[in-house]
Amino acid sequence: MSKLKIRVDQDKCQGHARCKSLAPELFELDEYGNAHEVGDGSVPAGLEDKAWLAQTNCPEIAIEVTEE
Amino acid sequence: MSDSESASFMPEHPPVTDWVHDFDHTDPTWTENPFPIWEQLRAASPVVHTERFLGCYMPTTYQAVKEIAYDTEHFSSRRVIVRDVRPDITARAPPITSDPPEHKPAKQLLLPPFTPDAMKKLEPRVRAICNELIDGFIADGRCDAAAHYTKHIPVRAIAHMLGIPENDGDLFIKWIHEILELGIKDDSILMRAVQDMTGYFAGHLAQRRQRPSDDLISTLMQAKGPDGQPLPDEHVLGSLRLLLIAGIDTTWSAIGSSLWHLAKTPADRERLVAEPKLIPTAIEEFLRAYSPVTMAREVMKEATISGCPVKPGNMVLLSFPAANRDPAVFSDADKVVIDRKENRHAAFGLGIHRCVGSNLARMEMTVAIEEWLKRIPNFRLDPAGKVTWSEGTVRGPRQLPMLFGKNA
Repeated sequence: MSKLKIRVDQDKCQGHARCKSLAPELFELDEYGNAHEVGDGSVPAGLEDKAWLAQTNCPEIAIEVTEE
Repeated sequence: MSDSESASFMPEHPPVTDWVHDFDHTDPTWTENPFPIWEQLRAASPVVHTERFLGCYMPTTYQAVKEIAYDTEHFSSRRVIVRDVRPDITARAPPITSDPPEHKPAKQLLLPPFTPDAMKKLEPRVRAICNELIDGFIADGRCDAAAHYTKHIPVRAIAHMLGIPENDGDLFIKWIHEILELGIKDDSILMRAVQDMTGYFAGHLAQRRQRPSDDLISTLMQAKGPDGQPLPDEHVLGSLRLLLIAGIDTTWSAIGSSLWHLAKTPADRERLVAEPKLIPTAIEEFLRAYSPVTMAREVMKEATISGCPVKPGNMVLLSFPAANRDPAVFSDADKVVIDRKENRHAAFGLGIHRCVGSNLARMEMTVAIEEWLKRIPNFRLDPAGKVTWSEGTVRGPRQLPMLFGKNA
């Protein structure tokens, strides 16, 4: 499997926090509850399914998943 | 005041015979079972219109709902309930009634107290509330789950957060019923409830001026506006009214619909009892399939939504519940699939007005269902009783007679 990278579009994120609940290893929330990718957004091996799960459940379609 | 008593005050709406051109979200048929109506409207057009409520559109597809929710230029939030009358706006409730650019600073004040981490701190109290309520009826083998369980959980939780007596709950529920249901058709009832509520909170503000406390009311009183000055009392009172109105019968409804579904669906109930880890996923599906909250917008400028012309002077019934049943976005949209993996539902809205209390609502729903299933794993609807549903803006069971224990 190729390596995945995630990014939360800050203009789109409205703080639904679905990503944080589905993939807590990959996302963190700021003081307003808006989501950010952890670190540089690289998805550690084994967490690929969680990255896609977060992406497909974001109501604002704010999460980009790219294959490197 | 019970629903049957208050119904006599409401001016009658003529019954609906043509849903596509004359819809009415307060019609008893809609209240009882709106899903086939939405299907019919969606088949007719992505946007339908009624002359009722002084003119009102309803987007019927997920796409059309989303276009309107994201378009704050043509659609204002200054009125968030579709009603028979459209009086001058006197009592604002920022940020729900705010448009850009006022919206963002008003919303940002409320976000930190409602993050998932903040909710984790509140969770033990909510768990205790649920168990105190269950203690009150479990020995009876029967209860009205809407009147004796689901109703009290959000009331007590938000009272705890605000720092007001949990025992004032009945008063809050009366005001909310008057504002969200009776107020659709009778402005004087709504105005009186808003005034009573404002007076109630003004008393709490005065108390805290003497003795500041460590609660959400004090947090708002100490907050600074965009100009660096403390918020005017009017803003604080408006936000407090919002938190009370938006925080109670919404979650009451969501917990009630979830229990209603589990009472009539033994396979789902047994699965959640056996696999409690699935509960958060099931909660998202209950939020999708039984979304309680329909919002509103007012058309400010002519616009085109999903190809349909939309004209100023009309309201918009912004039905997130109908969007969440759109088969173009959700496979088996009419089925409740408690382990649904892809669920981009819009129960808490889309865009800048995403519900500020969504993390609170999710926590309350999860805890309420977990604690109920732990203590009452086997239950069913009482065939001798009747399930009734609230009317209008927020949909959920208001009578939910259940049998369990010795009666299960």
